Amino acid sequence: MLEDIKKITELTSIEDKNIFYEAFFKKEDILKVLNELKDNELFNFDQLIDITAIDYPSREQRFEIIYILLSMKKNKRIVLRTSIDENESLDSIIQIFKASDWYERECYDLFGIKFNNHPDLRRIMTDYNFEGHPLRKDFPLTGHNEVRYDDVEKKVVYEPVKLTQEYRDFDYTSPWEGLPKGIDDYNEQE
Amino acid sequence: MKEIEVNTTTINFGPQHPAAHGVLRLVVELDGEVVERAEPHIGLLHRGTEKLIEYKTYLQAVPYFDRLDYVSPMCQEHAFALATENLLKIEVPQRAQYIRVIFSEITRLLNHLLNIPAYAADIGAVTPFLWCFEEREKLLQFHEAVSGARFHAAYFRPGGVHQDMPEDMEEKLNDHFKTLPKFIDDLEELLTNNRILRQRSVDIGVISKQEAIEWGCTGPVLRSAGVAWDLRRSQPYDAYDKVDFEVPVGKKGDCFDRYLVRIEEMRQSISIIQQCLTQIKSGEISVIDNKITPPKRSEMKHSMESLIHHFKLFTEGYRVPEGQTYNAVEAPKGEFGVFLVSDGSSKPYRCKIRAPGFAHLQTLDFLSKGHLMADIAAILGSLDIVFGEIDR
Repeated sequence: MLEDIKKITELTSIEDKNIFYEAFFKKEDILKVLNELKDNELFNFDQLIDITAIDYPSREQRFEIIYILLSMKKNKRIVLRTSIDENESLDSIIQIFKASDWYERECYDLFGIKFNNHPDLRRIMTDYNFEGHPLRKDFPLTGHNEVRYDDVEKKVVYEPVKLTQEYRDFDYTSPWEGLPKGIDDYNEQE
Repeated sequence: MKEIEVNTTTINFGPQHPAAHGVLRLVVELDGEVVERAEPHIGLLHRGTEKLIEYKTYLQAVPYFDRLDYVSPMCQEHAFALATENLLKIEVPQRAQYIRVIFSEITRLLNHLLNIPAYAADIGAVTPFLWCFEEREKLLQFHEAVSGARFHAAYFRPGGVHQDMPEDMEEKLNDHFKTLPKFIDDLEELLTNNRILRQRSVDIGVISKQEAIEWGCTGPVLRSAGVAWDLRRSQPYDAYDKVDFEVPVGKKGDCFDRYLVRIEEMRQSISIIQQCLTQIKSGEISVIDNKITPPKRSEMKHSMESLIHHFKLFTEGYRVPEGQTYNAVEAPKGEFGVFLVSDGSSKPYRCKIRAPGFAHLQTLDFLSKGHLMADIAAILGSLDIVFGEIDR
């Protein structure tokens, strides 16, 4: 099957990772690649398992989008990767996989990635009227607003986050790698 | 031309409703009592688990998985442990693999023992709830015996399990699982041929084979539609390739089939646990590499090296080689997967959690179209929705 996948010219750097195949494609080819993988009898990747993204702020193309497909007939998975920049968008795959609806909404909500031709690209995970995209690396862990119930106003109020103690992120990393194997046995003998 | 007046009512179901199984807000458009459209609003339980994990070491991330689908905690730890082990390129010892399978199956029983009576309660039966909670309590004692906690176990760790089972545990498990099949028979007697249950669930929320695959359904929902797909069978992990079990499938893909599949899965789970108990041998319960699993307490008392290992593991944590992986397990609700990206440091760069319920809830609009308002509760119950995993 790997040989057949390699025949799809749009896919590059195809790898067999034992439990799944991994491949890279350009964002313009998305519909073509997914159609081919879904409809071709050789592959039959007919179930969309997940769509997600990774944020690499230092890269030229900031986001990496991941599509995970499963073929039950062939008992194989494929992880497809593509890169887009912050102000770019890519095509929605909702015509090919109905299930992509919520997954794309989630990507939009948490990363701010826009999908063309998506019928209903709203936020899904975060609060109504939420601002920002939480899974971006430049979004603070604590968020910007916090809510509490106000006893006087008798309603839930939104306030900027106030931390009684600064968020502490210790850097534990050290060049320590430990001593080579066997030193424990030496201690035991003593 | 005659003008037709469209007269639909929009009502708000939830976010606090006992049949919503958590905090689900549904905007339902009704024509009389017939559902035209049901739009779920999710995210009311969103806690940012994926973001939090990016700021924790691999070991500190484990307890977050208990809190996703809080009725089947250990299966989710399992997915994370497998993903981390895959990146670390380590293999866990035999005994740990069997312990994991045993506890994954106990977790499956726990999940189904909650879902089935909750589903029955949604459509009018109260007694199963009381019965099943008694049985759940007995199973939770096993959880407590190995991990110290009834729910939030944090027992499956990358590299193995946290500690070995207590000495008399195998015997106790053996005794318990001799009696449990009788309970399932009793439960079935109460429900399977019950007229009300059948009227409320047969031909309700039908999903075909093709639709189930297209919508990304997995687990009992997919199997009820007639697809014999089980990750434990087709992509076995840990000791699942050493046990023999059947994969129950439904015919119609309605709520009743989903109920029947779950009942049969419980019987299979018991059989898997019994097989594991005959095969399990004594041995190590985690990899012996102290760069990944902490040294024994007794060793720390006299070995400086062990003390350093312990300190480094619980402050910096272990570093995971660069790479990405996707590992999935057959959780009680369906395929639970973890997409893990490591940048070579001791904290995950990205950890995407693939929750089965997310895909299932997406089908609700399509499943409930044309049914009565009261059937929404039945469909929701049969999909086995838990918001901890959907909202993450």
